[in-house]
Amino acid sequence: MINKLSIIASITLGVLAVTTSLQSHSAEIESLRGASELDRTSSAPEHKRYAKDGRPIARDYVQQPPLIPHKIDNYRINLKSNKCMSCHSWKNYREAGATKISQTHFEDRDKHVLANVSARRYFCTQCHVPQVNAPALVENEFEPITAISGE
Amino acid sequence: MNSNKSTECNIICRLWEKLKKPSLRYSLGALLTVGFVAGIIFWGGFNTAMEMTNTEDFCISCHEMKDNVYEEYKQTIHYSNRTGVRATCPDCHVPKEWQHKIVRKIQASNELLHKALGTIDTREKFEAKRLKLAGNVWTAMKKTDSRECRNCHDFEFMDFGTQGRRAIRQHSTALDEGKTCIDCHKGIAHELPDMHSIDPTGVIGSN
Repeated sequence: MINKLSIIASITLGVLAVTTSLQSHSAEIESLRGASELDRTSSAPEHKRYAKDGRPIARDYVQQPPLIPHKIDNYRINLKSNKCMSCHSWKNYREAGATKISQTHFEDRDKHVLANVSARRYFCTQCHVPQVNAPALVENEFEPITAISGE
Repeated sequence: MNSNKSTECNIICRLWEKLKKPSLRYSLGALLTVGFVAGIIFWGGFNTAMEMTNTEDFCISCHEMKDNVYEEYKQTIHYSNRTGVRATCPDCHVPKEWQHKIVRKIQASNELLHKALGTIDTREKFEAKRLKLAGNVWTAMKKTDSRECRNCHDFEFMDFGTQGRRAIRQHSTALDEGKTCIDCHKGIAHELPDMHSIDPTGVIGSN
């Protein structure tokens, strides 16, 4: 009998402990959006816009895919067409005044050189992205190497 | 001789004989008035009917247009943009000037034939034909120096100073080289066809 009571008591205590700890936790948790109640509509953040057009953006590290210094709204990249290549392909870059895609884009993963852009490098926006003028989300002290910064 | 001819005369010939003779019953004034009024009604009716075929509602009354090109166009800047100006199907695809418009409308009878034949009545058939269809529009626009684009966009009215670096460069050289809008602005209102044959360096899988 005593045994039974003690089991019931310990279960009740355990449940109580779990619920109180959950409650206290939910008050502490703060998501990246801030501490807004789930059932409330939080105010929308300011809409960031891509820079219209700019000069090439300097790289921060040697292997960095160059950033896109212009808007790419509605630029389609699919199996039928690739809007980026209408300016950045080796055939078109001179006339368009664009940067041509790197030689590395013509190699498959075994370093075999191909006659046209490699499938694994075809979807440009997998690595190359346009930029908005926004403060960094996370603080960091990254400094480019001397080869890039010249310091 | 004469009576012999009239017996040979068929219905069209007899009507012509009648039309040749001056009227004995009606005054010239009455004939002119009736002719004038009938002319207004017929011409007005013809033009109204033609303008009815010049609306977006009419264009997308066929599922071929509604499910393919119209859906694609709804994602583009000519459908929705910051200033709220919209270019609908006929703004780009039907000339504004009457003489060009009537030519385009006569050509459209071919489209009716293919509607009846069901040439592009599925998405797959449409995709298979897309290069040819898009090519037709590109050729037409090249020929007319992108006339329909220029109803709104005119090189003469463009302020290059407010354009981006790329646009300034392209537009100012294009003007000198006698290029036309469609040379660069392909696929801005609808999806592009397979571009292998246009520029093999720009598409995956071509060698």
